Amino acid sequence: MSDARLSALAAQLAARQVSSRELAQQYLDRIATLNPTINAFITVDADKTLAEAAAADALIAAGNAGPLTGVPIAHKDIFCTDGWLTTCGSKMLHNFIAPYDAHVIQRFKAAGMPSLGKTNMDEFAMGSSNETSHFGPVKNPWNPAYVPGGSSGGAAACVAARMAPAATGTDTGGSIRQPAALCGITGLKPTYGLVSRYGMIAFASSLDQAGPMAPSAEDCALLLNVMTGFDPKDSTSLDREKEDYTRSLDQPLTGLRVGLPKEFFAEGLNNEVAAAVETAVAELKKLGATTVEISLANSKLAIPVYYVLAPAEASSNLSRFDGVRYGYRAPDYASLDDMYCKTRAQGFGAEVKRRILIGAYVLSHGYYDAYYLQAQKIRRLIADDFNEAFKTCDVILGPTAPGTAFKLGEKSDDPVEMYLNDLYTIPANLAGLPGMSLPCGFDAKGLPIGLQLVGDYFSEAKMLNVAHQYQRVTDWHIRAPEGLK
Amino acid sequence: MKWETVIGLEVHTQLATRSKIFSGSSTAFGAAPNTQASAVDIALPGVLPVLNKGAVECAIKFGLAIGATLNRVNVFDRKNYFYPDLPKGYQISQLAKPIVEGGALKIVVPSTDSGQSEDKVVHLTRAHLEEDAGKSLHEDFHGMTGIDLNRAGTPLLEIVSEPEMRSSAEAVAYARALHTLVTWIGICDGNMQEGSFRVDANVSVRPVGQAEFGTRREIKNLNSFKFLQQAIDYEVHWQIETLEDGGRIEQATVLFDPDTGETRMMRSKEDAHDYRYFPDPDLLPVKLDEPWIEAVRAALPELPAAMQARFQNDYGVSVYDATVLTGSRALADYFEGVARACGQGKLAANWVMGELSAALNKAELDIAQSPVSATQLGTLIARIQDGTLSGKLAKQVFEGLWEGAGEVDAIIEARGLKQMSDTGELEKIVDEVLAANPKSVEEFRAGKEKAFNALVGQVMKASRGKANPAQVNELLKARLQ
Repeated sequence: MSDARLSALAAQLAARQVSSRELAQQYLDRIATLNPTINAFITVDADKTLAEAAAADALIAAGNAGPLTGVPIAHKDIFCTDGWLTTCGSKMLHNFIAPYDAHVIQRFKAAGMPSLGKTNMDEFAMGSSNETSHFGPVKNPWNPAYVPGGSSGGAAACVAARMAPAATGTDTGGSIRQPAALCGITGLKPTYGLVSRYGMIAFASSLDQAGPMAPSAEDCALLLNVMTGFDPKDSTSLDREKEDYTRSLDQPLTGLRVGLPKEFFAEGLNNEVAAAVETAVAELKKLGATTVEISLANSKLAIPVYYVLAPAEASSNLSRFDGVRYGYRAPDYASLDDMYCKTRAQGFGAEVKRRILIGAYVLSHGYYDAYYLQAQKIRRLIADDFNEAFKTCDVILGPTAPGTAFKLGEKSDDPVEMYLNDLYTIPANLAGLPGMSLPCGFDAKGLPIGLQLVGDYFSEAKMLNVAHQYQRVTDWHIRAPEGLK
Repeated sequence: MKWETVIGLEVHTQLATRSKIFSGSSTAFGAAPNTQASAVDIALPGVLPVLNKGAVECAIKFGLAIGATLNRVNVFDRKNYFYPDLPKGYQISQLAKPIVEGGALKIVVPSTDSGQSEDKVVHLTRAHLEEDAGKSLHEDFHGMTGIDLNRAGTPLLEIVSEPEMRSSAEAVAYARALHTLVTWIGICDGNMQEGSFRVDANVSVRPVGQAEFGTRREIKNLNSFKFLQQAIDYEVHWQIETLEDGGRIEQATVLFDPDTGETRMMRSKEDAHDYRYFPDPDLLPVKLDEPWIEAVRAALPELPAAMQARFQNDYGVSVYDATVLTGSRALADYFEGVARACGQGKLAANWVMGELSAALNKAELDIAQSPVSATQLGTLIARIQDGTLSGKLAKQVFEGLWEGAGEVDAIIEARGLKQMSDTGELEKIVDEVLAANPKSVEEFRAGKEKAFNALVGQVMKASRGKANPAQVNELLKARLQ
């Protein structure tokens, strides 16, 4: 299991060296051993997993296998999964069993990939440390005293701890890339609209995007082939021709123009992270790339803009959790209003309530123009900066997060400090651009460092090419935490 | 002090699409509770709306029919508020960029004093697409409330008028004209009992001559023209009385109670929600392109106003008759069928609005259910015109048609209702009548005109109504000279 690459697992399955059931059982065993420490999974259901694996084995036996049939995968608990508890990390949905599959889940099922379970996450994907989950924090497999990042912290941790060969994540302001960086794996947030949001519980609809999380860029390319595609059930899904994201992996990087945004290497960046990213740049130059300095001047406004727009959308998206039809309802109440108030006061955690309040405020009468409308204008300016930058470079490179993993509880009392962790990841969401994080070293404490690539719209294949070529000459992505045998 | 009433109406029309505005569920009325509510309609976590193009097409039709501006890019917004029959906690509606803006509707207001009618044009502010909420059922649940989400997501077009109406009669005339139009172009079934056409009336009063409006109160959810009239009349009376007693009107939403005929306050302005509107990020702006608009325009039927003008021109009917005859598309089509079959517009109008309407009303039937077809009625009128039937005989034939006794000529034949055309036979009757009534003859010769009519009556009676009255007159005159 040390070689967890998806292509290798698929090859073993195809050669009948291992069955999907055996493979799933191995991962289930590892989950059983490690989850009490890591807390990466909210729900594990071995019977369901093994039944899906048996179905995959039948497909393989019948010669109907696709490229990843039989390879198991873990799903973030934000995706509705028919018959599975789907909590979104919240007490509000602690008892919600979804009656339907999200589009992403359907695609993985159709590809014959058994689900290993539902991974832990920040409540309603709001958080950068996985500490806001109703089901307790996830621990970083590299050091359980540290956070795994968030909100897809369970997904990143289970892949890093080899409790799953791959996982799905979602990214609204960095929720795939930041935990990928903090856990030392590879994760990609596609261009907005490439992956259907149907069945993915909404946080901020205009920013949310699902993507793959796995050890390597090649893995992510294979997973992206499964996840993407037009879905008529999502009006923001893009109707474009299907791509093979592995097609450019082996292309040389000769002549690649790497843009380095000066704002991403300025004040606030941890020295060890800066050094690791600079070393990675040197590595790419050896592979034939050239660098060009670019400016994303408005990206310094990304955090304030994000913390107007995302809460605004969230305040409305989360209104359906009212205790009337499903999920948590307060046990005692005196009236309808009392039922709403108590249900939502008891069912939501502090961070979710904070964002609902901010969102309701910025949308309220008399404040809309000053906050929401203004933020939308700046969002446009941030996107314009990227468009300008891509005239002179093919891909933008920088750190994924300003530092490495921090200790549990270290930032949980200071929301603004916590929000700053997404400084480099949020701009791509605001612009709708694809972004990915890949491991590029470790700090002195042995915690992983991630570097971020941001590409132009629909340039996922190019980004994966850059990442894959880098991973051919480095081994950061292959390293796994030592202490978890 | 003399007061002037100011009224603007907001009408919610349920659009006659088969499926809901943002989901594939059926919109049929009357199904068992919650059997027409999909994952999208009950707002499960993760579901997303997808716009029904049919609903957009209905709005385009309406915009074209009232000569409005169709916004080539229009946007859905979220209107946020909590209520148990609003599953998402927000209603998808259109605020800043509605699909339809402007336009006008011609109305005909019957005047009570003069018996004449009066034309007026009412301008529209806008019409926007939105989804309906579900229903809260407060009965039968022992102190609890039941929720039926079958209606949730039913497409609505909310049509907002300018505050240009000055009486309840004008408001009713506008509501009727609008009802005629939306059913005419087929975007709404118009069923007011089932809530397909619901009216909110904004009512205020001001001293005659004052430029600014008085404070308005909004009467919610009026589901008949009668209630609309009663509610406005009561509200106007109440507002004037309040002001004349030195009171003030406060902006409020009120409900009309049909049992008491009174309006009562539902909520004041202070209780008004802040709906926190913002563009729905789950839906793209709706783009209307010219080919789409032109295709819809090409499929539009002839509109009531155009038909009214044509009826006046082609069939010589009065303004009033043309308005009545275009009260619904079915009625207009029926009238035109009759007029074409007999070539007599005015007679056709008289029969449709007279004998036929009376019979339909009595039997509580709709024009579409008429037992007498337009062709049959046209043939009947043609038989009057060609002298086969007198008006009186024609009524008997009409009765036969109504009873389903067969076609016009067959009924005339079977029942022996043919007007007497044999002059010899008629002359015989005339002579007999003259011989039998020497007194009347004498009186007539002495200058009593009335005696002549008595003789005509006798001849008609003797012919059992089948004599041609004009011919009788002629013969009698000839004999008595």
